[in-house]
Amino acid sequence: MMNLKVNNQPYNVDADPRTPLLYVLRDDLKLNAAKFGCGLGQCGACTVLVDGKPVFSCVTPIALLAGKNITTVEGLGTAQEPAPTQRAFIELQAAQCGYCIPGMMMRAQALLQANPHASDAEIRAALEPHLCRCGTHMRILRAVRRAQELMKTAQTGDAR
Amino acid sequence: MSGDTIDIVSRRAVLAGSGALVFSFAVAPHGLAQDAAAPPAAAPAPPPPLPGSLKQAPFLDSWIRIDAGGAITVCTGKAELGQGIKTALLQIAAEQLGADFGALKLVTADTAVTLNEGYTAGSHSLQDSGTAILNAAAQVRQILIGEAARRFGVPAEQLKTQSAAVIAPDGRRFGYGELVSAELIHVAAAPQSPLQAPADYKIMGQPVRRIDIPAKVTGGAAYVQDLRLEGMVHGRTVRPPSYGATLIDVDSAAVGKMPGVLKIVRDGSFLGVIAEREFQAIEAMRALAAGARWQETAQLPDAEKLPALLTSLPARDIKVLDRPGSGAGANTNNGSAKTLSATYTRPYVAHGSIGPSCAVALFQGDGLTVWSHTQGVYPDRDAIAEMLRMPKDKVRLIHAEGAGCYGHNGADDAAADAALLARALPGRPVRLQWTREQEHAWEPYGPAMVVKVSATTDDAGRNIVDWDYALWSNTHSMRPGGAGSLIAAQSLANPFAAPPPRPIPMPEGGGDRNSIPLYKFPAARVINHFLPDMPVRVSALRALGGYMNVFVIESFMDELALAAGADPVEFRLRHLDDPRAKDVISTAAQRFGWTERKPPVPPGRGYGFAFARYKNLAAYCAIACEVEVDHGSGRPRMVRAVAAVDSGQVVNPDGIKNQIEGAILQSMSWTLFESVTNDGRRITSIDWASYPILRFSAVPDSVEVHVINRPGLPFLGSGEAGQGPAAAAIANGIADATGHRFRDLPLTRERIKAAIGV
Amino acid sequence: MRAKTLAIVVCLVLALGGGVLAFAAWHPAIAPIAPPAPASFDPALVKRGAALAAVGDCAGCHTGPGGRDLAGGVAIPTPFGTVYSTNITPDSETGIGAWSEAAFQRAMSRGVRRDGALLYPAFPYDHFMLVSNDDDRALYAFLMTRPPVHTVAPGNELRFPLNHRFVVAGWNLLFLRSGPPAAYATHDASFVRGEYLVEGLAHCGACHTPRNAFGAEKASESFAGATIGGWTAYALNGASPAAVPWTAEALYQYLRNGFEPEHGTARGPMADVIADLSGATDNDIRAIASYVAGQMGKAAERKSVLQQGESQAERGRWVAATSADSQAVHHRVGGAVGNRNDEGAAIYASTCAGCHEGPRAMPFGGIDLALSSAVRGPSADNLLNIVLHGVPAAAASRRPIMPGFANALDDNQLGALVRYLRAGFTDEEAWTGIEAAVQAARGAEREVTIGYAARQAGE
Repeated sequence: MMNLKVNNQPYNVDADPRTPLLYVLRDDLKLNAAKFGCGLGQCGACTVLVDGKPVFSCVTPIALLAGKNITTVEGLGTAQEPAPTQRAFIELQAAQCGYCIPGMMMRAQALLQANPHASDAEIRAALEPHLCRCGTHMRILRAVRRAQELMKTAQTGDAR
Repeated sequence: MSGDTIDIVSRRAVLAGSGALVFSFAVAPHGLAQDAAAPPAAAPAPPPPLPGSLKQAPFLDSWIRIDAGGAITVCTGKAELGQGIKTALLQIAAEQLGADFGALKLVTADTAVTLNEGYTAGSHSLQDSGTAILNAAAQVRQILIGEAARRFGVPAEQLKTQSAAVIAPDGRRFGYGELVSAELIHVAAAPQSPLQAPADYKIMGQPVRRIDIPAKVTGGAAYVQDLRLEGMVHGRTVRPPSYGATLIDVDSAAVGKMPGVLKIVRDGSFLGVIAEREFQAIEAMRALAAGARWQETAQLPDAEKLPALLTSLPARDIKVLDRPGSGAGANTNNGSAKTLSATYTRPYVAHGSIGPSCAVALFQGDGLTVWSHTQGVYPDRDAIAEMLRMPKDKVRLIHAEGAGCYGHNGADDAAADAALLARALPGRPVRLQWTREQEHAWEPYGPAMVVKVSATTDDAGRNIVDWDYALWSNTHSMRPGGAGSLIAAQSLANPFAAPPPRPIPMPEGGGDRNSIPLYKFPAARVINHFLPDMPVRVSALRALGGYMNVFVIESFMDELALAAGADPVEFRLRHLDDPRAKDVISTAAQRFGWTERKPPVPPGRGYGFAFARYKNLAAYCAIACEVEVDHGSGRPRMVRAVAAVDSGQVVNPDGIKNQIEGAILQSMSWTLFESVTNDGRRITSIDWASYPILRFSAVPDSVEVHVINRPGLPFLGSGEAGQGPAAAAIANGIADATGHRFRDLPLTRERIKAAIGV
Repeated sequence: MRAKTLAIVVCLVLALGGGVLAFAAWHPAIAPIAPPAPASFDPALVKRGAALAAVGDCAGCHTGPGGRDLAGGVAIPTPFGTVYSTNITPDSETGIGAWSEAAFQRAMSRGVRRDGALLYPAFPYDHFMLVSNDDDRALYAFLMTRPPVHTVAPGNELRFPLNHRFVVAGWNLLFLRSGPPAAYATHDASFVRGEYLVEGLAHCGACHTPRNAFGAEKASESFAGATIGGWTAYALNGASPAAVPWTAEALYQYLRNGFEPEHGTARGPMADVIADLSGATDNDIRAIASYVAGQMGKAAERKSVLQQGESQAERGRWVAATSADSQAVHHRVGGAVGNRNDEGAAIYASTCAGCHEGPRAMPFGGIDLALSSAVRGPSADNLLNIVLHGVPAAAASRRPIMPGFANALDDNQLGALVRYLRAGFTDEEAWTGIEAAVQAARGAEREVTIGYAARQAGE
């Protein structure tokens, strides 16, 4: 049994400690956002945050994660109350099949939390580990910039 | 799908309501319902064809269902692939029905519920299903108005519809649910429909936000990968290291004792394992793979020698075009008429779906249900039923979305794998997930091709007067292929043989798709050397032959323009009559600033242009781009692209833009980076390291898409219209930047550097 | 001796020393020329120069990340401060466009700038002085035919008195060896060519030879290994840590392809070097490999980790080439079974073994760590860099991708893992100072690549 903290909730998971976090999130905790894309750390579709920093959940066994805070897309917001990053992706319609998008969003979230003034070049560089096969890259970049704006607005307390 | 659950509409549930619609799909009606009672007279003239997929399913209630409570369900045999058709089809229905977009529900491909619309492929969704729904909805609305008129005692012309209700001038209203009855719209469609005027459109033509995106960005269940059924277990297959390998033996005793392992399934060379938990299934798969011994026999072609191999394989020649021309003026050959020839090649290219294929299957009683992201639930159902030797009506295939498939990827096979495992463990839903390596190694690729083209310009060197085009290619579709087209079925102890490959006939075409130039050449010949021998597994990849043929035609047009000293855009316009073609070309050129691009050009930069009408039947697309080639490394990069597209009546302009933007970037990745590799026996491009694709560092600075709306004109499929023009525009840009013409895909940095030298 | 005489003698010595220094430091300016037209150079000479520039890895120092080719501006840290590489494009104002061939030859062979000032030995003229005049001529032709870039490199940030160039004369007097390197009793032309390249243009010792307090290579410890930019450049002599002794063929494969199945994949600054070496001729790479293998000396005779005649496949780790189910995990046969209760062992088993004990062929699979020099080297630096940052993906290149674990592992876990790998996969002494090494590795941008490699890969 392992204690994991996901989206600020404690969970007791009965899984082999060598199990990659991705399968625990999806199968045990029924969280859909993080996706299986390769299981090799090559595509980014499984990206979640550990203590605010992005990891590939497909190659991160839960054994490493005792006491650490794990954040997934579900922890950002809901369809009824979407977070700035989610709102931005909906507003910009930044998805075709959408399979790669949660990973992109978590990477963007980590970047903007650490560096709210990230430049276009920094955004591109941050997303380099992520693949999108549908070719939605231009919209994803625009959505991240939009998320940046929305996060700044939220911080200054202006009305959304 | 709504919220966190996936609604599976069953026939029983729909029938449960009173006053609700009974639906059925009678195929091939004898004629219109009202003619059924007429006595047979002299052989009647054949009725005019019904628009779109109404040909296959003419009953209106195959498409639009309204229950007594007024809930409206739109049915389509097509599937959401990420191209946004769920939203577009609902826009069409809402507009023509006079209902609110948000109130409609959509049911997509399900063999127990929806009609058979074949494959969601070939950019047919709006052309076929959209057209059917457009007309069916309009006719349903008309019928409901007629019924309301009868009940109101008011002429139909005085009634209007709004929010799924018919409203009389005095304000009386009937909701559609109150008007509908079992027989009312169980009628065959008429060939003509009272469509809303495009000028009055409120929903069609609007960039309505996609209904599936919110769930996808908030962790809602959206994909087949997200299905969780009660008691579900996890399966994995073990595929051989190469095509056609035989399983000699496998040390499975120890694997059977691994934690959580429920079953090891071996049938001939088909090998799979089922476990309670997913990681247990993965570890068991790895252990089985380690303990398996295979007899390998595959022989795969050397990439360097592939073009020579293709042109030497036995071929069935298909004459695609034989336009002999007037004879006069074509071959005067008195000196200044120039003939140019060139050979172009393409390697095998992978779909590379970002989410490896997945399916869930459940054997219960004597029936099997499979949830799959296959593009064709009916053909895949038929193939699986054949493989399992079950009656078709005992097998149900329900489409659930997967990652983008871009054609025939591993989805159909994953469904078959899941079915085999589920049969071994009845009563438990089995979730079968392919690995990344399996998806890369076992998906059917876009076929390698060779094209030889030559053209002659007239004495003035201005116009092309003769065009000769020959292509060599395998089939571009192995579907429908019955059980024999499924890897699992091919590897059983009693295997099913792969069906013989067949060419797709024109005007759609396979390898010869888009091989007929839209340009007006007085004399032209196109021949398809169809190659039945397939050393590598191939099938349909987005645009099929259209990618390579447009790449070739549009590259060669540039070569001819250069030889004629003509501007590439003006050269194309000169050879076209089709006004819509000319419009997209002019729009793209103008929005790009094509005429302003003349010198001074920054060093290392070049400009390219290309155009095609997909299949010469579907959407028109022209692309202008700016390309940069770094001299030191030879690395090419698309800097910016401007596209213009004509899709006929626009349903969702943002959806079209999204698809074209995506096509440009995906095609750029194919064109600059991609080729499947092998070591003579095994596929070696098995993950993203060994088959690299586009990453953000190579993404252009900007991509613009301008959509030309043609109100009232038929829908033109747009999902594949960008692939070919993007490839050629980039190649033309590289040629402009470097002064070298590259004809062998992919246009890699190494090839460019070798040509431009130090 | 009387104080006055002593004072006079001291002053005379100082004056003499200063005079010698001034004399040594003074060089005439060579008149500037108009940049020669690129077309005036023989294309064959330019091509030869390009292949030589690849060996010399000019881009390695003179092309910055995201910068224009050879336009300089790369910061080169030295014990005395930071030197910035200069613009060596043929721009007449900010590059070397006004340099005659004679000026270029002098810079290469004596470390003197066109205007007569001394160049800092961050520019390894202590190696380039061995380059022949013919090769200098080819290099000149190559450089003068590159696109000119108008950009001024940042000024050097050096502490007094090194911010005065004439001081370099003293360094030259003390450390610059003249004459050709040691002769070898061999008639193997490739070996001789290799010596010429390695000691000269390829300047391998600039990274692989330790330096003294004045920043000069220690002649008595040639190729004994050094650290550079937080990475260990392994010893290329008898102290080579390789688990399987390098042969000339293996070195050739490594230098040509960037990886070798029994040694691993080049990372860090060596990855850039190898990327730039892609422009070198096959013969020259073989020559370099031959000479370096010759330096291995005693290391070449050491016992290999692999048994006699044993190939990787026979060890049960590499199941031939890629298999569609290539994630089959074999549990280790011998080697680092170690103490499985160890936290580091648990981390290895859960996090690393999936790829590093898998059957995927190199370079795409993870190397068997028993073969990795990163685990056997003198410090944990390289291992930490790789574990933290992985091997980043590149858009256009078929090359291995390894995820980094900087965010998944905390410092304690990292330390435990690294200790376990050292103990479990080698017989070497345990590393000391791991906590400090972890801190240092976390703090630096070690995964940043520079030069052509980055640009070729589209990074």
